[in-house]
Amino acid sequence: MPPQPRAALAGRELEMLTWTWCIPALPLAGFLVLAVFGGRFPRGATAAVGAGSVGLSFAAAAAASVLFILAPPAGGFSSYVLWQWINAGGFSPSLSFTIDALSVVMILVVTGVGFLIHLYSTRFMADEEGYSRFFAYMNLFVGSMLILVMASNLLLLYLGWEGVGLCSFLLIGFWYKDPENGRSARKAFIVTRIGDVSLAIGLFILATTLGTLDVKEIAQKATASWQVGSSLAVAVAALLLGGAVGKSAQLPLQTWLPDAMAGPSPVSALIHAATMVTAGVYLIARTNALFSLAPAVQMAVGIIGAAGVLVAGLSALTQRNIKRVLAYSTMSQLGYMFLALGIGAWSGAIFHLVTHAFFKSLLFLGAGVVILAVNHEHDIYAMGGIARKSPFTFWMFLIAAFTLASIPPTTAGFSSKDLILTLAWQSGGAGRVFCALGLAGVFITSVYIFRLVFIVFAGSPRAPASASAHGHAAGRDGTQAGAVMGIPLAILAVLCLAGGFLALPRDLGGSPYILRFLQTALPAGAIPEAPARTEWILQLISEAASLLGIPVAWLVYRRGRSSVPAPAAGVAHYLQNGWGFDWLYDRLFVRSFVWLARINTRDVVDRIFDGVGGLFMLLSRAFRWTQNGRVRWYAAGLAAGAVLIVAAVVLL
Amino acid sequence: MASVPFEYGLLLAGVLFALGMIGVIVRRNLLFILLCVEVMLNAAGLAFVVAGSRWGQPDGQVMFIFLLSMAAAEVAVGLALLLLHFGRKRTLDADQMKEGNAASAPGSAGREGA
Amino acid sequence: MILVLFIVAPLVLGVAGWVLGRRQAGYSRWCALAGNLFNLCLAAFLWLGASGVLSLPFLAVPGAGSPWMAEVHWPWVPSLGISFSLGLDGLSLTLLGLTALLGIMAVLSSWTGITARVAFFHFNISLVLAGINGVFLATDLFLFVFFWELMLIPMYFLIDLWGHENRHKAAVKFFLFTQVGGLLMLVAIIALAVLHEMATGTWTFALQDLMGTVVSPVIGMLLMLGFFAAFAVKLPAFPLHTWLPDAHTEAPTAGSVILAGLLLKTGGYGLIRFAVPLFPAASRAFAPVAIALAAAGIVYGGIMAFSQKDMKRVVAYTSVSHLGFVLLGIYAFTPLALSGAVLQMVSHGISTGALFVLVGALQDRIHTRDLERMGGLWAQVPRMGAAALVLCMALVGLPGLVNFVSEFLVLVGTWTVSPVATVIAGFGLVIATVYALRLFQAAFHGTPREKWTLPDLSPRETGTLFLAIVLLVLLGLYPAFILGMVGHTVSGVLAQLAAGGAA
Repeated sequence: MPPQPRAALAGRELEMLTWTWCIPALPLAGFLVLAVFGGRFPRGATAAVGAGSVGLSFAAAAAASVLFILAPPAGGFSSYVLWQWINAGGFSPSLSFTIDALSVVMILVVTGVGFLIHLYSTRFMADEEGYSRFFAYMNLFVGSMLILVMASNLLLLYLGWEGVGLCSFLLIGFWYKDPENGRSARKAFIVTRIGDVSLAIGLFILATTLGTLDVKEIAQKATASWQVGSSLAVAVAALLLGGAVGKSAQLPLQTWLPDAMAGPSPVSALIHAATMVTAGVYLIARTNALFSLAPAVQMAVGIIGAAGVLVAGLSALTQRNIKRVLAYSTMSQLGYMFLALGIGAWSGAIFHLVTHAFFKSLLFLGAGVVILAVNHEHDIYAMGGIARKSPFTFWMFLIAAFTLASIPPTTAGFSSKDLILTLAWQSGGAGRVFCALGLAGVFITSVYIFRLVFIVFAGSPRAPASASAHGHAAGRDGTQAGAVMGIPLAILAVLCLAGGFLALPRDLGGSPYILRFLQTALPAGAIPEAPARTEWILQLISEAASLLGIPVAWLVYRRGRSSVPAPAAGVAHYLQNGWGFDWLYDRLFVRSFVWLARINTRDVVDRIFDGVGGLFMLLSRAFRWTQNGRVRWYAAGLAAGAVLIVAAVVLL
Repeated sequence: MASVPFEYGLLLAGVLFALGMIGVIVRRNLLFILLCVEVMLNAAGLAFVVAGSRWGQPDGQVMFIFLLSMAAAEVAVGLALLLLHFGRKRTLDADQMKEGNAASAPGSAGREGA
Repeated sequence: MILVLFIVAPLVLGVAGWVLGRRQAGYSRWCALAGNLFNLCLAAFLWLGASGVLSLPFLAVPGAGSPWMAEVHWPWVPSLGISFSLGLDGLSLTLLGLTALLGIMAVLSSWTGITARVAFFHFNISLVLAGINGVFLATDLFLFVFFWELMLIPMYFLIDLWGHENRHKAAVKFFLFTQVGGLLMLVAIIALAVLHEMATGTWTFALQDLMGTVVSPVIGMLLMLGFFAAFAVKLPAFPLHTWLPDAHTEAPTAGSVILAGLLLKTGGYGLIRFAVPLFPAASRAFAPVAIALAAAGIVYGGIMAFSQKDMKRVVAYTSVSHLGFVLLGIYAFTPLALSGAVLQMVSHGISTGALFVLVGALQDRIHTRDLERMGGLWAQVPRMGAAALVLCMALVGLPGLVNFVSEFLVLVGTWTVSPVATVIAGFGLVIATVYALRLFQAAFHGTPREKWTLPDLSPRETGTLFLAIVLLVLLGLYPAFILGMVGHTVSGVLAQLAAGGAA
């Protein structure tokens, strides 16, 4: 980089970066405009506002990133305080944003991929009613996500965290007329809320013991005052992990993600692939100081990740719904990111987050085109031969599949997954086990994605079902992706092909640009550099695993589903239902809660007070006997009273 | 003449009073109730006379005369009421006099409260 | 002097409205509205003075000398030390503002809904608001009880005369519960005054004078329980909450708004202003019980809210759950928790008041409150649906709205005192999500169970709800507005607690 511009900008970068609050503000403004006026805008205006606000935000984010790279501020970050949010009893979080390497990467991903997806949706959702409602929610989502990644303190992060949860609920249940969609949306919100409460309790501990929720201050104070492995650090890290696990759909809070596919495909691409589900990864990376102070919890992160890779991958093998395959795939890839976090490869996890955003959103957007082409049919066994019908879509999808399976020439997935596996091997001990599991995962990934590719694209086209069978308006012929939908696909494909150059493995030319960039914000980690031999042996093994998957997938496709033998069918069924977690949670939590609510509908505490009232009625009835109007009763009463009084006087 | 012991006189008065009271409570015919009230009054009068004889004072007998006149007045009023009542109801049964019963009044089913 | 206006203005305009309203019903509505607008402007004026924007010479800065910004002292029954004493501080001013705001919302929401005995209806509303204002201002204990009882009668009439199907039973239940509590409080007050007289020889019912009374621990606990009984019924605290669902459900919309938004807050206010400062040692001893009741109430109210089929009953039980946070915050005795409790009173008032307005508007249109008969209404009433979405998110405690800030502050403040209670209250947050989503989706999502045709929100209704939502968002992003105003009260209460309560 030429030194001239850097010196010229050096003094002014702080004030230049003070306008970065526009980055989240633009989509939020878009949301407000669409929420209030959207119903009256024509489609074009809504699209312009909806996609345009994110586009402008991307421009602002790109500008900020360029400035940041050319003239990095001292300390690697710059913070800008908008105003004091709360000030009570010594607790004073403010509304402030931080720009550092990590947030730069995240905002570029969120706004960049987000803009592409918005562009795509202007065409994809064109036949749906609720067009402006869709873009309003999407804008609100992007705004919240940006707040999440730019927040300086964990309370503001929590605001973005819950905001994206709300938007996820609204968008999963976008087609609200079908109660099943509402159920899936509700499930997503409630399961992630359990994680959110865990995160909140972690925030309570941090606020009361360290007195601050600012991320940088927490890192400083915690490393200064807490011992490695102290119970406080373990508790806080475990609670933060609980929150991350909920949002990123990892075990044990992963059950909401497959059902979240009830939403439109762009929603799945943006929220449940590229951005919201990665919030958990972002959180752990941001608070890496706390996890470094609690090695046991960090190991748990790795274990959860490795387990997720396999559990989700095996489930993806058996799915029939095209989007559910991709959902489990997302879960599995997030497992890789958690695995990387578990061994301390913070930048590696974020790099995989970036590449995953590219190929997974491409997969979902491509799936969206396919779904339109077959009139909203989601069952892959009802599809087939799409390659002949829409060759462009096929090639795009294939590029994404190669990237997911980390097969060259698509460099993105290859670079990031290779990096993680190498670092895992190098970190020794448990890391080697993780590496082995990760390699197994590579094979499984390859099999499930190519199974999907073959079943959906290969063969000859079938007659598509009629649109009305799936409750959607029969619109134009969606067989071909138009330019508006095709351009985002193409851009993402290029990113898949070229994204790996951000951090090519060392023996292929090694240029860890993004890793060095991220290491100005995230610690480098103490993992020793891999000798060249180990590196290319690992690469060879992982390549072999992923290439092996293709013929295996072909065999699976050829044999078809009817020829699966009986015991395997049982296992397949179990895997298909997400390893029975749903069943377990339903029996254990949902049913008992509903039962508890149902038996107490007529408040049991109320019975006590009704009892008091009843007692008084009883007494009243008893006393009523004395007012019966009978003369002789009254006379008897008089006599008895007189006797009592005389006796009292005489005896006492 | 051997004087009757003082206590026996009071005892007789007490027994008469008790009998009268029991009669008021137990008997159903209004006339007999009034009769028993008379018995009670006379028992009280007997007690006064016995006490007056014990202390040798004329006050006991004064009270008895007072009591007699009061009883006469009360009987007059009582019998008049009884005649009026009989004129209306054609019965002297005390148990039939139940109009004032709270349970039978129309508006008193009342608010059931909490 | 200016403080008396808060009470007199709605009273006078209420009577005027009643008299004028006999000729034409509309006059009474305008009079009631005017009374509340006047109070709101007065509160805003005093607010500007208190925060230093305007300089008002009669407003003192609360400090070591006296905690009040403004006071009124008129002798009433000198031989017993009873005086007409009013005192204004940050907490009172905030709640007076809330009263005026919710009064406006209540009157606006019944503009077209009430058609029978309109004049008397608005007279009752004005009377109950005058009583509430008196409760928030009184510093003489006798006067406090006077206004406490004054709040009760018009509310009873509001429920009994203009309510829904089961109104008689609900009104009587409400009345009995509150009366019993009030009676216990009256006994405690008289006992306290007598004890004070026995100790010092002067009769007084003034709060400041009675605060230092030394009583034995047992007597102190009994007296504190007498006060607690009244406020726990009003708040309502867990086992004493059963009057609330019936009263809220059967009351007319304006009644529910005032009941949920204001009457419940008088319980919290009473605890902060009277029960805790008068009996610091007893309050400290009782705190674990109160915290346990609060945590139980949060969860119990939440489960109950989920189980109901009647829309208004759901919202009523959510009040039980949310006010559990207030009780929790008060008895945690930390600055964060107490600030959170006060903020929760304000946030709950606005959000639940608005929710009752919305639910009332819906009931006026479809004439049922049964959630099982609704569904898919968003298509027909998108504006109402959007407002309901925001308000249900307020129930959930979504950040960005003030309810989040208050609940978060309460929980952070309680964490150091009782982690167990905090975790249980955290479960309450998950349960809140469950019932709020169920409420929203049952009404607005899904397929319609019956053929409804309903008009969307009218401009008047939209304005009312919009006002509430804007306030929720503004306060959610800048809660310092309220927190700064009540900061002095909070520190004062905690100082009194520290001084009086031996560890």
